Amino acid sequence: MSGPNTNYDPVQVSPLDDDHVQAMVDEALAAIAAARTTAELKAVRIAHSGDRSPLALANREIGALPPQARKDAGQRVGRARGLLGGAIAERQEALAAAELDAALIAETVDVTLPVALAPQGAVHPITAMMDMMCDVFLDLGWEIAEGPELEAEWLNFDALNFTPDHPARWLSDTLFVEPTQNHTLMRTHTSPVQARALLARDLPVYVVCPGKVYRADEYDATHLPVFHQLEGLVVDKGISMAHLKGSLDHLARSLFGDGVETRLRPHFFPFTEPSAEIDLKCFVCHGASVGDPDNPCRTCRSEGWIEWGGCGVVNPRVLASAGIDTEIYSGFAFGMGIDRTVMFRNSATDLRDFVEGDVRFSRSLMGDAR
Amino acid sequence: MRAPISWLRDLVRVPPGTTTEAIAERWTAAGLNVERIEHSGSDIAGPVVVGRVISLVEEPQKNGKTIRWCRVDVGPEHNDPASGVLPAGRGIVCGAHNFAVGDHVVVALPGAVLPGGFAIAARKTYGHVSDGMICAEDELGLGDDHTGIIVLPEVVDGHRLLLGEDALGVLRVRDEVIEADITPDTGYCLSLRGLARETGQAFGVSFDDPYARPVPPPRQEGYPVRVDDAGACPLFVALTVTGVDPAAPTPRWMAQRLALSGMRSISLSVDVTNYVMLESGQPMHAYDADRLRGPIVVRRAAAGETLMTLDDQQRALRPGEDLLICDDSGPIGLAGVMGGATTELGSATRNIVLEAACFDPVTIGRAFRAHKLPSEASKRFERGVDSALAHAAAHRAAQLLVDLGGGTLQPGETVVGGPQSMPSQRFRAALAGEILGAEVATDQVVSVLRASGCAVSLAEGVVTVTPPTWRRDLVDGYDYVEEVGRKIGFERIGSSVPVSPGGRGLTADQRARRSVIAALAAAGFVEVLTLPFVGDDDLTRLALPAGDERLGAVRLANPLADTQPYLRTTLLPGLFAAVNRNTSRSQDDLALFEIGSVFLARGPLPPAPMPDVTRRPNDQQVAALNAALPAQPRMLAGVITGDWLPATWNGPAQPAGWAHAIALAQTAAAAIGLHVQRRAGVRAPWHPGRCAELSVGGRVIGWAGELHPTVIAAEGLPARTAAVEIDLDALVGSAPRSGEIRPLSPWPLAKEDVALVVDAGTPSAEVEAALREGAGALLESIALFDIYTGPQVGEGRKSLAYALRFRAPDRTLTDAEASAARDAAVAVAAERCGAVLRG
Repeated sequence: MSGPNTNYDPVQVSPLDDDHVQAMVDEALAAIAAARTTAELKAVRIAHSGDRSPLALANREIGALPPQARKDAGQRVGRARGLLGGAIAERQEALAAAELDAALIAETVDVTLPVALAPQGAVHPITAMMDMMCDVFLDLGWEIAEGPELEAEWLNFDALNFTPDHPARWLSDTLFVEPTQNHTLMRTHTSPVQARALLARDLPVYVVCPGKVYRADEYDATHLPVFHQLEGLVVDKGISMAHLKGSLDHLARSLFGDGVETRLRPHFFPFTEPSAEIDLKCFVCHGASVGDPDNPCRTCRSEGWIEWGGCGVVNPRVLASAGIDTEIYSGFAFGMGIDRTVMFRNSATDLRDFVEGDVRFSRSLMGDAR
Repeated sequence: MRAPISWLRDLVRVPPGTTTEAIAERWTAAGLNVERIEHSGSDIAGPVVVGRVISLVEEPQKNGKTIRWCRVDVGPEHNDPASGVLPAGRGIVCGAHNFAVGDHVVVALPGAVLPGGFAIAARKTYGHVSDGMICAEDELGLGDDHTGIIVLPEVVDGHRLLLGEDALGVLRVRDEVIEADITPDTGYCLSLRGLARETGQAFGVSFDDPYARPVPPPRQEGYPVRVDDAGACPLFVALTVTGVDPAAPTPRWMAQRLALSGMRSISLSVDVTNYVMLESGQPMHAYDADRLRGPIVVRRAAAGETLMTLDDQQRALRPGEDLLICDDSGPIGLAGVMGGATTELGSATRNIVLEAACFDPVTIGRAFRAHKLPSEASKRFERGVDSALAHAAAHRAAQLLVDLGGGTLQPGETVVGGPQSMPSQRFRAALAGEILGAEVATDQVVSVLRASGCAVSLAEGVVTVTPPTWRRDLVDGYDYVEEVGRKIGFERIGSSVPVSPGGRGLTADQRARRSVIAALAAAGFVEVLTLPFVGDDDLTRLALPAGDERLGAVRLANPLADTQPYLRTTLLPGLFAAVNRNTSRSQDDLALFEIGSVFLARGPLPPAPMPDVTRRPNDQQVAALNAALPAQPRMLAGVITGDWLPATWNGPAQPAGWAHAIALAQTAAAAIGLHVQRRAGVRAPWHPGRCAELSVGGRVIGWAGELHPTVIAAEGLPARTAAVEIDLDALVGSAPRSGEIRPLSPWPLAKEDVALVVDAGTPSAEVEAALREGAGALLESIALFDIYTGPQVGEGRKSLAYALRFRAPDRTLTDAEASAARDAAVAVAAERCGAVLRG
């Protein structure tokens, strides 16, 4: 300090002198530096910067100073307090950051622990595959037609050009409802839905018919008395077998990938003429397993081709029984087993698993036909 | 149909070098579904030769058998010179006794391998070294005959045997067989002749039909025949062959072809009829002429008639239905199905009447099915036999009996009726290309159909075509389109996706069902499918009260299992079985659901009509078709048992119970925008105190809750198993078709909690409904957050604590407004439910 300070009371003024303030500051800075937690720092702040801290008390003394000294002391104490405030804030930030880091580490959990709010639900593979197949045709602008499983014999057989003595009508093949003279039965295919669609809908008709069908069949690894079919029906002007092939190729590519190859093989069905079976070139071995016993293929059983379903041009007699002018309209129809499709597409080995309700089977594709 | 390829190649000259595999491939492409190719004799290796027995010694054994120690001359190449024993030959032990010194036999020499990997080696047996084996038929894979060893005549099929020569060649063991599945419309391919025709067409080579022989006009110059039912028997041919040597053997080539075709050799006469049937497709029958009594008559059965068929079964005949072959003694055969025992060929039969006839397919089909007598003959008649074939086939068989059996064909023959006329058809030649979706030239249509045996004429693009007598399947224009398609190859058909006029996607119901399934799976329920058949036991265990509609089950006429003759009326039995199957496999925590139809008879149903198929049924007929069907609602059911969630690191197990069954229904409803109302219900098979009746829009759609303990015990289910079953069609039908999005209020929420004391038996839903109604439009939500029973509220009482949340659309609610709304809510609850605000 310059100049004489004769007005000062040396006793009273001493705490506010430079050395003394510096001493308080040094002591406070040391305490701040020594604080290892935000809690300790809080105590330091109260002790050295709080209302009852030496600096605060010193600050109060300023008013008692002679006016001349007041300014100097005020500046000195103010600078000191500012210095301490900055130091505390800086230390606070550092300690808080460190404490957060420590807390985050301390709060670490094992994120690999099992967490389940609900048990693992699942959609049955048949349902998933049925929806997937239907979606392919919905996207082509077709609709889904449905009908009853217990059906009139006329719609299941007669309307589809089965002769009165056709073997499919025998009790050995078809489940009839008592009394048999009522001519009702468990539908043997979803084709009666096609017959209903032709009776109920305006032309042109573009529908798929998914659903359960029944046969008086064995119950074993490769046969079920109740299984699921998807049938398709198109009746429009100028429909040919090429449209049938195109639609089935489209479905095959959607389910089995772009490279899949199909073939139509002549066959016989009462409701189609010409009739064919649709075969898939094995999408696993691509026919390489044929005649190569060392590399068998379980998907096609080393036959190279997989029989997928039946199809053909709708027999004009079927259209006639729905009152459709066969000189103007023609159509095609196809049908395949959904169970069978799941079986070879997803490598299932036993059809009984499809209907025995074991939750492991339902969960095996995790709700998705994939 | 099994086709020995050597036989096929005798009938049609396929291009040189054509393999059996190549033939099979063409068959498949033409619609003859090849099941497999067999390589007969390919499993035999090493020396199997012709030998002659030069001496034999019978040696009784301790085990009671008598073996024969034989010396067999197997030719200089194979005889054993080292032994020094003369005459030259090999010593062989044989257990059979049907041969004598001097007989020619088949010997498998050491080093040979017979079917089944049976390796032949010199081995010591019965005190001798047996240096080979004398073979029986079954040991060579020639059938299942093991009654004795094969004894060959000195001359086989015109060839004088040489000792030591390859016996497999002599026996014609080496051949190939294509087995094909013949579709019902191609019955003519149940013959080598038909297959040869198809093969010729597939390879573009001509086929000369050995049976192309016109049927002469009717005549009664042979054995007298009368046909009373010409509709069922349009053609009947009878030839008489006399003096057939009953001991004449069936030649090896014929026996072997029969064996490869899957038929056993029986006697020359029977074998000849079978051989001609396989070759031509014409089933035949041979009668012992000396056992026939009077003229043959073809007629329908009269009441009370019976027939002893060849299988020694006495069969009651169906009057007016069964078509019979009769003589003065009565029925002697079931036409086209099976002959009778009285005129059966015997071991002494020398004089034979051959029958070749054409029978009505429907009559024969019904007969063999009614009598459960499927046969090679009935299979062919059912699919339709060439109506012009009988005469040629009868002559072929007669000639074989003459040639092979030394018989004499009597000059007179009997022909009743004649070939059926075939219906001609006209269609535009362009139809083939239009329907197949392939380029098909008009002349190709004509040439294909001509090659198939049709008479074809073409005028101004219109084809007039008459099929051959063996093609009854060709009737409509589209039948000819298929014939053309099969013959040019389906691989010619193009591939293009047809353009639909545009669909409307899933229906609202279809979309809703998908949403329900997805929501249930997401909520933790597992979809299963079960078989829809139930039995009396299943329904009894549910303890349904009299009059319950689930007792009105539809019965099947021919159930797969007599114990489950009904269609399900509820999904629960199937799900219970699924639970038990899972728990038996140690999967105890189960939340299963199934969606499927049930069938409710609801009283007797009218019969379904069978309208004329040539035109559209009228609206009344369609209505009658539907009226004949029982109600078939689609149900959703679930069964929950074990733990909903197992005990884990962060908490104890959550046992599954009635609440999960209700939650299933709620989940399904919520997925399609519905809220399920509940009240206590009483319904089998649920626990009367733990059953909720579920409704939407005032309509009861199902029940949920814990199962009745006696049902649980009867079904063997785990204790406390819960179940739900709802009418999914009804649920889906109640779903809102559209919804309203209201403006969201940005104003603050006012919270008011109330605790109400009510009788312990008061349903919480009633209290909540009263609170809702009293609270009015300001109420945003209400939630039950606590239930208290105990001394503070008194015996038989409970306290329900609700959190009420109020909000106004347009302002901040004042405390007074919120309190007033709360008080109004409590007031209604007090009035309706006797609720008292808990102090």
